[in-house]
Amino acid sequence: MADVFIEPRVHGSREEGEAEWMDLNMGPQHPSTHGVLRVKLRLDGEVVRDAEPDIGYLHTGFEKSFEDKTYAQGITFSDRMDYLGPPINNVGFVSSVEKLLELEVPPRAQAIRVMMMELARLGSHELWLGTAGLDLGVYSGFFYAWRDRELILDLNEAYSGVRMMTSFTRVGGVAWDLPDGWLDQLQKFIDVMPARIDDFESMLTHNPIWLERLRGVGPFTAEQAIEAGVTGPMLRASGVDYDVRKAFPYSGYEQYDFDVPLGSNGDCYDRYRVRVQEMRESLKILQQAKDNLPDGPWLTNNRKVALPPRTELSKSMESVIHHFRLVSEGFKGPVGDVYSFVESPRGELGFYLVSDGANKPYRMKVRPPSFCNLQPLRELVRGVLVADVIAIMGSMDFILGDVDR
Amino acid sequence: MTESTANELVRKIQDAFPGAIQESSNFRGDLSVVVDPDSVLEVARHLKDVEGYNYFLYATAVDWPAREPRFTVVWEVRTLPPRSRLRLKTTASMPEPRVPSLTSVWQAANWHERETYDLFGITFEGHPDLRRILMPASWEGHPLRKDYVSFGEPVIFSDQKLENLEPDAIRG
Repeated sequence: MADVFIEPRVHGSREEGEAEWMDLNMGPQHPSTHGVLRVKLRLDGEVVRDAEPDIGYLHTGFEKSFEDKTYAQGITFSDRMDYLGPPINNVGFVSSVEKLLELEVPPRAQAIRVMMMELARLGSHELWLGTAGLDLGVYSGFFYAWRDRELILDLNEAYSGVRMMTSFTRVGGVAWDLPDGWLDQLQKFIDVMPARIDDFESMLTHNPIWLERLRGVGPFTAEQAIEAGVTGPMLRASGVDYDVRKAFPYSGYEQYDFDVPLGSNGDCYDRYRVRVQEMRESLKILQQAKDNLPDGPWLTNNRKVALPPRTELSKSMESVIHHFRLVSEGFKGPVGDVYSFVESPRGELGFYLVSDGANKPYRMKVRPPSFCNLQPLRELVRGVLVADVIAIMGSMDFILGDVDR
Repeated sequence: MTESTANELVRKIQDAFPGAIQESSNFRGDLSVVVDPDSVLEVARHLKDVEGYNYFLYATAVDWPAREPRFTVVWEVRTLPPRSRLRLKTTASMPEPRVPSLTSVWQAANWHERETYDLFGITFEGHPDLRRILMPASWEGHPLRKDYVSFGEPVIFSDQKLENLEPDAIRG
């Protein structure tokens, strides 16, 4: 690749009266890059003078693949992008199609979606806590985080049959109703989690080493954060009150009572605090969604979009025709373009869907939050120590599958 | 955005830049404004400084091979605190599609425009660092163009020689 640094110098070169610079590759196979990210660092001793993230190692062309698959088939691509919050990607994808079709989603389906999304948010933050801590030497935290995340994966499995790539949404609702006993399992999870989060907080929040490593490291002011286009906890840690769930409620988030945690300094420590507080808020939403779960259908009864129930197929010729049409060809959308967005654990996840009236997207652009959050890495790490690069990258919580798509 | 606020905003832009807006639509509450490529930079500056669209969301393009101009380039921005969102569009035609870069207005457009350049081959004039970002630097072609075939097995018949075939035919 072309040299990106302003003054290219060879490793170890030295001119009269100049410090010695060194170019160092961090990644693509580095444990703290959480995926295949290469960061090219220019070092002056231990101090980073410049940095250039090199992405694209996980680029799989999802946006091109969407153009070849019907709307129903596209759902299975969506959860493979951000593989730590698959249910949220599922909902984001179908919500763009639902917006295009102006389709109403039944309340029960919305509540199921909310529960799955909040579980995914908890799971993603748990995993973040574990791995970001691991980068900074908190080895035990990793095991606790993995243990707790396992409960979430169990709930995913009990509902959708798979632990991660849930693909549980359908255009107009969700694929299945909740299985028996799932809500009890969820209640056990909700009951056990506050103490587990307390454990984490007692281990980290006032830990002098943790404070030393994170406080004042990689700060972002509100203006900088907005200018850089970051989103999610990174934006809120800088004190900008923007959460899609509050600002533009979807899936019935307006019914739930929860707060949007904000930071003030925008440093790594605030990003940690914001995420931990968000976990507690997610538990509040889960409890409310479980207690007020509405009865009724979990999939729209618009037969032009949703498959008819299995029982109807032996009785109604019309249902058989609908079933055949939907499975073989899918449904067509009107001509137009829409942008629909949800709050993923990493920020605003948007889907820009262009339809030419066919049964598949003409163009599907994903606005990945990780891509937007990774962009300002260069300005964040200029002038810090190499060890702080790890802390800063950890605090950004990017997922390379989401960055590269 | 409601119909009335959308109309009001479009009228304000029209007053400030007569003739710049080629088309506008408010489909499903998403306001899209198609702007003449020559004035898109000024309109963007106006949107940020006067109308408060300070938060950049994404940039991309849509390829319509049968249309002239062939490409629609899209930038989407919003206000923070969140009030409204706007899709700014312009067009670019073959053989060398080029549009002005909006990185001087919204710094966050940098990577998004690089990605559009990489996947569509649209040049953003004035971009500080226009290189491929997702594909390797040595890659040929622009994968999200509609004439770039992503699937299919190459078939070579017995009377054909591999070296006589056009590259596109081999790719299937």
